[in-house]
Amino acid sequence: MLIGIPRESKSGETLVAATAKTATQLLGLGYDVVVESGAGAKADQADEAFADAGVTVGTSADVWAADVVVKVNAPTAEEIGRLRAGATVISMMAPARSPELVEQLAAQGVTGLAMDAVPRISRAQSMDVLSSMANVAGYRAVVEAAHEFGRMFTGQVTAAGKMPPARVFVVGAGVAGLAAIGAASAMGAIVRAFDVRPEVAEQVESLGGQFVEVDFEAEVSTDGYAKEMTAEQEAATAAMYDEEARAADIVITTALIPGRPAPKLLHEDTVAGMKPGSVIVDMAAANGGNCAGTQADQRVVTDHGVTILGYTDLAGRLAAQTSQLYGTNIVNLLKLLTPEKDGVLTLDMDDVVQRGITVVKEGENMWPPPAVQVSATPKVVDTHPAGMKEEKAKLTARGRLTAVSGAALVLFALIAISPPPLQERLTVFALAIVIGYYVIGNVHHALHTPLMSVTNAISGIIVVGALLQLGEDNTPIMLIAFVATLLASINVFGGFAVTRRMLGLFTRS
Amino acid sequence: MISPLLTQVTSMVTSPLLVSIETASNAAYIVAALLFILALAGLSHHETAKVGNTFGILGMAIALAATITVALDNEMDALPIVLLVAAMAIGAVIGLWRSRVVEMTGMPELIALLHSFVGLAAVLVGWNGYLEVEDDPDSHHAAVLAAQDLLGVHSAEVFIGVFIGAVTFTGSIVAFLKLSARMKSAPLVLPGKNYINLGALAAFAGLTVWFVIDPQLWLLILVTLVALALGWHLVASIGGGDMPVVVSMLNSYSGWAAAASGFLLENDLLIVTGALVGSSGAYLSYIMCQAMNRSFISVIAGGFGIEAPSSGDTDYGEHREVQSAEAAEVLANARSVIITPGYGMAVAQAQYPVAELTAKLRARGVDVRFGIHPVAGRLPGHMNVLLAEAKVPYDIVLEMDEINDDFPDTDVVLVIGANDTATPAAAEDPTSPIAGMPVLEVWNASEVIVFKRSMATGYAGVQNPLFFRENSRMLFGDAKDKVDEIIHNLPE
Repeated sequence: MLIGIPRESKSGETLVAATAKTATQLLGLGYDVVVESGAGAKADQADEAFADAGVTVGTSADVWAADVVVKVNAPTAEEIGRLRAGATVISMMAPARSPELVEQLAAQGVTGLAMDAVPRISRAQSMDVLSSMANVAGYRAVVEAAHEFGRMFTGQVTAAGKMPPARVFVVGAGVAGLAAIGAASAMGAIVRAFDVRPEVAEQVESLGGQFVEVDFEAEVSTDGYAKEMTAEQEAATAAMYDEEARAADIVITTALIPGRPAPKLLHEDTVAGMKPGSVIVDMAAANGGNCAGTQADQRVVTDHGVTILGYTDLAGRLAAQTSQLYGTNIVNLLKLLTPEKDGVLTLDMDDVVQRGITVVKEGENMWPPPAVQVSATPKVVDTHPAGMKEEKAKLTARGRLTAVSGAALVLFALIAISPPPLQERLTVFALAIVIGYYVIGNVHHALHTPLMSVTNAISGIIVVGALLQLGEDNTPIMLIAFVATLLASINVFGGFAVTRRMLGLFTRS
Repeated sequence: MISPLLTQVTSMVTSPLLVSIETASNAAYIVAALLFILALAGLSHHETAKVGNTFGILGMAIALAATITVALDNEMDALPIVLLVAAMAIGAVIGLWRSRVVEMTGMPELIALLHSFVGLAAVLVGWNGYLEVEDDPDSHHAAVLAAQDLLGVHSAEVFIGVFIGAVTFTGSIVAFLKLSARMKSAPLVLPGKNYINLGALAAFAGLTVWFVIDPQLWLLILVTLVALALGWHLVASIGGGDMPVVVSMLNSYSGWAAAASGFLLENDLLIVTGALVGSSGAYLSYIMCQAMNRSFISVIAGGFGIEAPSSGDTDYGEHREVQSAEAAEVLANARSVIITPGYGMAVAQAQYPVAELTAKLRARGVDVRFGIHPVAGRLPGHMNVLLAEAKVPYDIVLEMDEINDDFPDTDVVLVIGANDTATPAAAEDPTSPIAGMPVLEVWNASEVIVFKRSMATGYAGVQNPLFFRENSRMLFGDAKDKVDEIIHNLPE
C-alpha cells in the first residue's frame, strides 16, 4: 500500500508527519511512501533528504491519491474531499470536540484514525503522540519563559553582587508539567509544582521539583487523566495558587481536563499581585487557558509588567524534534497495524488500542469507543486482594465451629469402635501431629529446604520397621525387608549428610 | 541417708528384673522421638539449625542401636545378621556418596528421589506385614493378634500403609522426573481428572473393607496398582512451576507412610516420627500455598493452575535491550540495588558471579539486597541455599513480604532468571494462569534489568508484561556470562 505524507495546510505549521528516518522505517514495513515536495522544509527535512532515503517525492495530487494519508493536523473539509473512497487517513483529530469532522470522514467513505485518541495504557505509550508533544512543549515553555524573563535562572554570588535563583511554579504534573520541571531545575531554578493527584508527588521530586501540599482528599483517577475538582477542593487550592504565584518569578500552567475547557486557576488579582517582569506561560491556551488574560497564540503584557505567553505551537517551535517523535509514534502504530510487515494495513477491532483510535471505519462512524480502564495507580490493584482475604476470613469464622465439631464427631465415632490397643496408638499419633504442627510454626523461610531435607532423613525411621522384619524366618519376607532396609538407609544417611552440607553454607556478614 | 538410695538406684540399673531389652528399647524410642522434635525445632532458626541436625542424627543413632539390639536379642540367624549389616552398609555408602556429589542446583531432584525411597520402603513393609500375618494364619504374630481380636485392624493397617506408600513412591518419581527435566513439565490434563482421583480413593475404601473381611493376595496387588497409578496421576497433573509445593507435600506423604507402618508394626517411634514429619510437612505446604494464593485442598487433590489461559497472541509492544557495559555503569551509579533471582540463576550456575558482583557493589557503598519469592526455584528456599553456597551474607537476603514495599525507593532491580515470580500479569490480568499470586513488584523500581536467555515464556507458560514496561530493559544471554561481563566492566 502507498502512504502519502502531505504538506501541512494549517498556516504557520512547522511539523511533518514523517522524517527521512521514519519514512525509511515505513518502507521497512513493506509500504511505499510518497512525500509532498516541501513537506518537511520547516522541520529540517529537505526533499533531498527524503530522496536519499529512497522515498519518492511527489506532488500534492500524488500524496492525496495514496491508500493511507498520514498527517499531523486534522484534515480540512477540502482535504477530505480529495481522499479517494476506501482510503485511510491518520492524524490528530480531537474527535470528541469535532463531530463535524467525523461526519465528513464518514460521508467520504474513508477510515479515520485519530493519533490523539490512543488509550493511555502501557503498551500503547510508544504511539502516544500527546505525550511526545507535551514533553517537547514542556521543555519549550521553559525556554520561552527564560527568553522573556529579565534575569538568570541560576543563583550566583559574583564580584558584582549576588543573584538569587529564579523561582518557578509549575501547575499540573502531567507529561508537559514534568518536562517543564525537569528543564527548569536543570537550568538552576528553584521549582515548585502542584497537581490535584497527590500520587505524582514523587515524580515531581524525582525531577528535582518540590511538591506543594494542599490538605484535601482527591479522587483517584482511573483513566490516567486528572479529574476536575469539586467546589470545596477548588476553594482550598485557590488560596495556594494565589500564594505560590505571587512568590514565583515564572509560572507554567498545564492543567487540562479532557473534553472540557481548561480550568481557570490564576485570577486577575493574582496576576496583578505578581512581581513586574514575571512571566506566565499558559500551556492550556488552546483550550481557553488556565490564567485570566491569556490570549491564544499571543504574547500579552499586563499593566503591571507581567508577561503572559499563550503560545499553542510550543511543540512546533522545535519542529525537527517533534516531527521525529511524531513520525516514530506513527511508525509504532503502523507496526501494530501491519503484523505481517507486508505493507497491508489491517485493523483489529478487538484490540483496545486499535479500537480506541478508530474514529471512522470505511464510512461507518465508530466514535466514541468503549471506555478503557487504565490502572494508572497501583491502589486499585492493592485493594483487590485485601478484599478477597477479608471474605475468606469471614467464611472460616462462620464455618469453623461446624467443621471442627463435625470432625470431632467423626473422630469420636471412629476411635470409639477401635480396640483398646489401637486407641493407645491413636493417642500417641494425635499428639505427635499437634507437636509437628507447632514445632515448625515460625520456621525461617531460608531454612525451608534444610528443614525438608532433615524431615526426609527422619522419615527414614521406617528402617526400624524393616529391620525388625529382617529377623523373620521366611525367605520372601527376609528379602523384601532387605530391600526396604537398603532403601531407607540411603534415605537416613543421605538426608542427614545433605542437610549438614547445606547448613554448612549459611554465613552471616 | 545417701548410700541406701545409691544402692537402690544401682540395683535398678543393673537388676535384670527391672531393665529388660524391651524396656530399654522403649526408653530409647522415647528419647529418640524427643530428639527428633528438637531437631525439627532447631531447624526453624539459623542459630540452632546445625545443632538441630545433630539432634536428628543422634536420635536416629539411638533408634537404630535399640532396634538392632532388639533384633539380635530375638535369636537371629547368621544370614539375617549379614543381610542387616550389608543393607545398612550399602545404603550408607550410596546415601553419603549421593549427598557428597550432588550439585546444590540438583537438590530438589535428590530430595524428591529420597521421598520415593521412603514410599517404596513403606510398601515393602506393608507387604511383609501381609506375608507375616494374613498369608500365614498359623504364625506366632497371627496368634497374638487373634487373641487381642486385632486381625481386622491389622489388615486395614496393611492396606493403608501400602496405599500411602505407593502413592508417595510414584508421586515422588514423577516429581523427580519433572524436576530433572526427564519428563515434560506441563501438567497432564486427562478428561475428568478429578473423577479419576476420587474414583481411586473410593476404590481404595471399598477394597479396604473387602480385604478386612477376606484378606486375599489379589486384593493387595490390586490396591498397590491403584495407588501407584493414583500417585503418578496426582503429580503428573501438576505443572512444573508448582513443584516446590509438590515436593513439600510428598515430604508430608512420606511421613504419613511411616506412621502407617508404625501402626502396622505396633511401634510408637514410627507413629510419632511419621506423624511429626507428616504434619510439619503438611503445614509447610500450607504456608507455601498461602504464599502462592492457592487453595491447599486443590494442591493435595492434585492439578491446580488449570484455568483457561489468556490468549497467547496478545501484543505487549516492544522490549528494549541493554548491553552489559551499560548495565555495569547503571549499577555503579545506583544507590540501592535489589537482586531477584529465580530458577534461571540456578540453571546458569550464576550464584558465584552474582555473589562477587554483590561484594564489589557493596564495597563501592551501594546498598545491595536480595528479594526472594517464596516459590522461586524448584523447591522452597532453593535460592537461599544457592546464595548461601556462594557466601552471600544471609542477612541481606530478604523474603518477598519484607522487601516488596522497598521497590519504589530502589534505583535498579536485577531480575536474574526469574519470570513468573516477578510478573505484573499476576496482579493485573485476571485471566492469567497465575492471577492473584503475590509477586515481587519489581516494576515499581526506577529501573529494571532483566537477565534472560530469550523472549520465551516462563514455567507457567505465560508472557511477562514486565519485559515491555518503559522502565525495564532486557540483557540477553547466559546469566553467568553476563554477570561476569558486568563485573569486568564495573568502573574502578
